Amino acid sequence: MKPPPFEYHAPATVDEACALLASLEDAKVLAGGQSLVPLLNFRLARPAHIVDINRITALDRIYERDGGVAIQALARQAAVEDSEPVARVCPLLTAAVRLVAHRVIRNRGTLCGSLAHADPASELPAVVLVLGGHVIARSSRGERLIEAGQLFQGVMETALAPDELLVEAWFPSSPQPFAVIEESRRHGDFALAGVVRAAGRLALFGVAPTPVLADPRDPLQGLQPSGDLEATAEFRLHLVRVLTEKAFAA
Amino acid sequence: MKVNGVAHPAPVDPRRLLSDHLRHDLGLTGTHVGCEHGVCGCCTVLLDGAPVRSCLMLAVQAEGHEVTTIEGLAANGAPLHPVQQAFHECHGLQCGFCTPGFVMSVVGLLGQHPDPTPEQVDEGIAGNLCRCTGYASIRRSVHRAAELSKVPSPLRGEGQG
Repeated sequence: MKPPPFEYHAPATVDEACALLASLEDAKVLAGGQSLVPLLNFRLARPAHIVDINRITALDRIYERDGGVAIQALARQAAVEDSEPVARVCPLLTAAVRLVAHRVIRNRGTLCGSLAHADPASELPAVVLVLGGHVIARSSRGERLIEAGQLFQGVMETALAPDELLVEAWFPSSPQPFAVIEESRRHGDFALAGVVRAAGRLALFGVAPTPVLADPRDPLQGLQPSGDLEATAEFRLHLVRVLTEKAFAA
Repeated sequence: MKVNGVAHPAPVDPRRLLSDHLRHDLGLTGTHVGCEHGVCGCCTVLLDGAPVRSCLMLAVQAEGHEVTTIEGLAANGAPLHPVQQAFHECHGLQCGFCTPGFVMSVVGLLGQHPDPTPEQVDEGIAGNLCRCTGYASIRRSVHRAAELSKVPSPLRGEGQG
């Protein structure tokens, strides 16, 4: 239960971080570390290099732009939870971030880290997907915008290239009515299944390799969730049906 | 990094977890280590005044920051911190293994909600596991700690600037 050896880098600027990611083989970005450090402790991840971005100053802003809110790479989930602009412009995000683990974890964990980690049972990827937001990826080659619909490629796989740093996520303002509901075994655990509603749009999480958009009238269409010790596939389908009903009754 | 107000040199090995650094390198064994993957909450410490899991941080990441452990809440022989006093009065512990983590989480909780509702108390301690008490006495302790904390604490706001 100790991290395997790695070479540690603590760049002071985004450009330095991008230069490191461009030159190093098998490097992993460390932001809040609330998913990466457990993976290191379990030795499920054994990167040769860790690029710790926490020393980069002025990368923790939360600000309004283009009618939505932009959240930079080092903004902690707790800061998003407490943010007045987020509560005003995108209250769906405020509601969703409160479901992420526990406050003590959110004090350290970052929103952008959750998106880059792309756990299929995570709430925040489903929120950016249902709202049609995007992320901005920076590398020494330049900057590009990745739409949420293109970002999530598979279980913990994203469209980010190995040399790219996710520097900012953008969430459009959330329409009324909205809802985010999940079912988990214990408070703060990863969800067995969850749904996010933004007006007429619906996204599901925990039931496919990535968060998925679904038809609110037939949310189970094409869905083939996996079963495990915590819940069978049938139970997950049942949850999707019930949680969707609840979300659209609200 | 500063630990309980005392400056310490950086750890040499980057893979040293903050929890292990505190216990093995600095001898501050009040910070307990349970699950080492962020679930149990035993290793909770304050980083610049906010509770975090010390098992989910590399010690090198605490460079330039203020860490407060359970040992830093009250000096030897000094009166207990209000949260410690409340856990003492309300029997908020049995075996005591989880207690340092609970106390540090509750210090953070009361910083955020000085007068917490029962729901905020449940939410605030939900990230800490206790296998003995069944949590009822811990809930009582948190409410008592809020009462006792009405008296100004020298720790409040530490490290915020």
